[in-house]
Amino acid sequence: MPVRAICAALWLICMPMIASAQGFAGLGQDAEGYALPTPAPSFTFPQDHGPHPEFRIEWWYLTAVLEGADGETYGVQWTLFRSALRPEGDVQVWMGHAGITTPKAHFTGERLARGGIGQAGVTPAPFVAWIDDWTMQSRAATGDALDALHLTATLEGATYALDLTATGPFVFHGDNGFSVKSNSGQASYYYSQPFYEVSGVLNLPDGEVAVTGQGWLDREWSSQPLDAGQLGWDWFSLHFEGGERLMGFGLRDEAGISFTYASWITPDGAVVPSNDLRLTPIRTAKVAGRDVPVDWRVELPSQGLDITTRAINDDSWQATLFPYWEGPVTAAGTHQGRGYLEMTGY
Amino acid sequence: MIRAGAQALWSHWARHRLQLLVVIIGLALATGLWTGVQAINAEARVSYDRAASALGQTNLQQITRADGPLRLADFVALRRAGWLVSPIAQGGLRGTGLEVLGFDPFTAPQGAAVPDLRGAGDLSAFLVPPGVVFVHPETVGRLPDGLPPARVLDTIAPGRLVTDLSIAMQLLRSDTLSSIIVLENQPQGRTPLSDLDASYMLSAPSEGSDIARLTDSFHLNLTAFGLLSFAVGLFIVHAAIGLAFEQRRVLFRTLRALGLPQRALVGLLAAEAFVLATVGGSLGIVLGYVVAAALLPGVAATLSGLYGASVSGSLSLSPIWWLTGFVMAYIGAAAAAGSSLWQLSRLPILAPAMPRAWARANARTARIQAFGGLGLLTAALILGVAGDGLVAGFACLAALLLGAALLVPTALTLIIRGLSRFGTGVVTRWVWADTRQQIPALSLALMALLLALSANVGVSTMVGSFRGTFIGWLDQRLASDLYVTTRTPAEAAAFQDFVADDVHAILPIISADITLGGTPGEVFGIKDHATYRDHWPLLEGAPDVWDRVAAGTGVLVNEQLARRDDLWTGATLTLAPDWRMQIVGVYSDYGNPAGQAIIGYDTFSARFPDISPLRFAISADAPAALRDRIVMDFGLPPDNTINQEEVKAFSLEVFEQTFLVTRALNVLTLGVAGFALWASLTTVATMRLPQLAPVWALGLTRRHLATLEMGRALVLALLTAVLAVPVGLGLAWVLLAIVNVEAFGWRLPMQVFPWDWAQLLLWALVGAALAAALPMRSIAKLPPSELLKVFAHAR
Repeated sequence: MPVRAICAALWLICMPMIASAQGFAGLGQDAEGYALPTPAPSFTFPQDHGPHPEFRIEWWYLTAVLEGADGETYGVQWTLFRSALRPEGDVQVWMGHAGITTPKAHFTGERLARGGIGQAGVTPAPFVAWIDDWTMQSRAATGDALDALHLTATLEGATYALDLTATGPFVFHGDNGFSVKSNSGQASYYYSQPFYEVSGVLNLPDGEVAVTGQGWLDREWSSQPLDAGQLGWDWFSLHFEGGERLMGFGLRDEAGISFTYASWITPDGAVVPSNDLRLTPIRTAKVAGRDVPVDWRVELPSQGLDITTRAINDDSWQATLFPYWEGPVTAAGTHQGRGYLEMTGY
Repeated sequence: MIRAGAQALWSHWARHRLQLLVVIIGLALATGLWTGVQAINAEARVSYDRAASALGQTNLQQITRADGPLRLADFVALRRAGWLVSPIAQGGLRGTGLEVLGFDPFTAPQGAAVPDLRGAGDLSAFLVPPGVVFVHPETVGRLPDGLPPARVLDTIAPGRLVTDLSIAMQLLRSDTLSSIIVLENQPQGRTPLSDLDASYMLSAPSEGSDIARLTDSFHLNLTAFGLLSFAVGLFIVHAAIGLAFEQRRVLFRTLRALGLPQRALVGLLAAEAFVLATVGGSLGIVLGYVVAAALLPGVAATLSGLYGASVSGSLSLSPIWWLTGFVMAYIGAAAAAGSSLWQLSRLPILAPAMPRAWARANARTARIQAFGGLGLLTAALILGVAGDGLVAGFACLAALLLGAALLVPTALTLIIRGLSRFGTGVVTRWVWADTRQQIPALSLALMALLLALSANVGVSTMVGSFRGTFIGWLDQRLASDLYVTTRTPAEAAAFQDFVADDVHAILPIISADITLGGTPGEVFGIKDHATYRDHWPLLEGAPDVWDRVAAGTGVLVNEQLARRDDLWTGATLTLAPDWRMQIVGVYSDYGNPAGQAIIGYDTFSARFPDISPLRFAISADAPAALRDRIVMDFGLPPDNTINQEEVKAFSLEVFEQTFLVTRALNVLTLGVAGFALWASLTTVATMRLPQLAPVWALGLTRRHLATLEMGRALVLALLTAVLAVPVGLGLAWVLLAIVNVEAFGWRLPMQVFPWDWAQLLLWALVGAALAAALPMRSIAKLPPSELLKVFAHAR
């Protein structure tokens, strides 16, 4: 799902691209010498858990919805973005975003680093992704490196340390992980691990909170940027009580939500791609001086899904260089559950 | 009534336009020079701060390594341990006089004064080789070839190239960082420094920049000049406003008698002073801008030559100036009019309106002044002997000047009393007596003259001493004929072979950055050679100093280090925790703010095996021909070979620039003093009728009287100038022996230049003659009826 992460990751690169596109009107025609995804890929692990410097953009994107020993619902985000500044792949920039959302507060962390000096990076074996002292590190003794992870981050005023254990398989979106994004053929390599059981500790200003819950990891890399006309997007990853998962997003342009896509994931990890996702905002809140739709009606008729999502904390605002809304939500209606919502461009 | 009063008061100025002009010009000069100097200082400080704190180095802590330079690996290790730190690579771009500042846009502190890279494509262009260098518009013309593309940005300090860290490290050909700064808000739970590496040290932010500290004395100098000008300007205003009060005594009595309340009268006069101050202040601020704009390029050149500090040569207008300019003008007007207003407010309603010489100080005032002067001179002596620090030095200067000025009237009175014994004729005796009687009225102007003249003597003595010492030192220090910089160790080796047959001596110049006494310094390794033994400017040394340096048992330190840490011959210098050497000599090292040490070449090589010499000092029979061969046949760029003559010429040029501003201010101050004298003489001349009329009546012609008046002005100026010489020498001594030592870390021997004094005496006489010319002319042309009126009024 490139749209999801581009928001934050690619101010580095999209901004210049958009500007040059406006000058040359050639956005996305080719990736200016960068490698391009090709259909029907076959991934090799653990190598493909590591970076692909010949592609322009890539991320390791983890969100978790957690329940504290105190009964409250919490959300955690850990993201590492990589972007190449030229096709040779020798000039790389890394960016980390972290977030903790509680019902009453939201904590943000942001780190930036140049590549090549060791301040940030990803190694596939042994698997570790890091920027500064933030790490996502494999603790899997057997099986895939990503089956068991240890996650740490230091935010402004809070830290966390979580252990994640996968209880299901990787999920490959689109054509075996070749995920077409638009009618003009933009695509990315995209797989997820949506079956993490999570436990750990949040270190908040009021003290430590032991938490357990569910996590979702996205791995994606691509070379093609967004369309210049797109203003933002709304993205959901939801865990339902019956064991199903939903990943869905809508892209907005001047006219509103103009394009949607959803992956319905069955409890055993099978993916049903759907184009009939409907997203309707039902409540907006004043967040950081903007009107942000924090509660939504989400419909997926092909799966008989009609739910309402509500933000755990309206103020889940990531006040990073390129600010956006990212926080945990609860879902109720035909399906009960919870998950994560990301909204950009507000 | 108030309106009528105002009109009546104003009518005075309408009739005495010249006097009005004097008041306004006096205020304008006072505020103008002060404002100008402040503007220069402010501009320079802004430049320093901008340069020093571009990345917040001045208010953020830094991490250093006890055992050597910092490298990127240190930065990464600290980040990975949770420390929010940011690396800086900073250094001189060889052969250009430009400075490279490399920063990391990803970790630089928020609010850092670095280029904004958020624009389209900016960050990519900045990071992707060849990168971008950001420079101040004035720097563009100085950029050598082969640099990354330049972008112009006003906020960059002049002479500086701001670029990405990795690009900077390439440009500097260095793999070390110059500092790692610690951001303000650090997260909890980061690994303690000592657990990371025992040699990491957290150091406090530098108190202001080094440049700001170094240049403090220079700016104090300017400020002192500004204050001096302000004081001299105030003398003018005081004289003119005081005169206006005296002349209007009749008017005041009349107005009061007609029923104008005393309070209203005082109010009107205060309002008048306010208006005058506003007009004079406005003119002064304009004048200040002109002065500052004219002097700033010189100041900028001075600062960059003397301290390597970059200051923009263009002036920016700040509202603070306007405000301080006006405040100074109002303070000046209040000081000048205050005593007159005070007198007026206590005047009985029908007090005799007899004009009395307003400044005729009674004997008591003179005594108090004299004692005050003596007290200040004593204070100056105590400060000079026992004082410590730059501020004490300047306090000593101030006490010396002010004390001397206060003593001027008494000293002149005594001298003239002594001189009057030599005259026997009636006229001569009258002249002497009358001169003495006039001194109180002229005392303020004469004090101003003394201040200006002694500042002149003092500063020119300092500059002259500096110049003489500096030239001699340059000759010693630059004993070799050619200075050559090669680019690589291989080239250095080839170069030594290439020139081997043509030279008397080829001496490697090799140095390393090192911490000396807790501050950054340099250590040099030198070969044992006659060039050093015969020429090196040692201030003191053990008898076998060069043998011991060569043997590796002794170290030489520069005067700055010796004075700063009180390390002289015989003391032990710590070059590293495990490396101590005995100091065997101290050498003078003018113009270098940092500490420096010299050790034997072999000792240096053993300690720094990685450093091989790239620079060489060469003595040859035909240096010019050799230089051509080095460029043409060996292929070294011309800039890499420097002729000794060129270095000297450049150093002297920097030197001359340095004191250009000082000289300009000197001339301005003298001009202001001349103006003060003229204003006082004019004031006195109009009030002297009662004294002149009887003498005229006794048979002296008006012409004769005018000639005598002129002679008197010249005698007073001459005597004041003679008094100014010892005061000026005292000033020079304080500057050389106290202020310079505190400010620069070196002491210069004082040299005296009597020919300069003679010239100055001449200028004082010319100034006095010019100042006296107009008032004397009016005496010569005075209608006899005016003189007769004196008797007619018989007041």
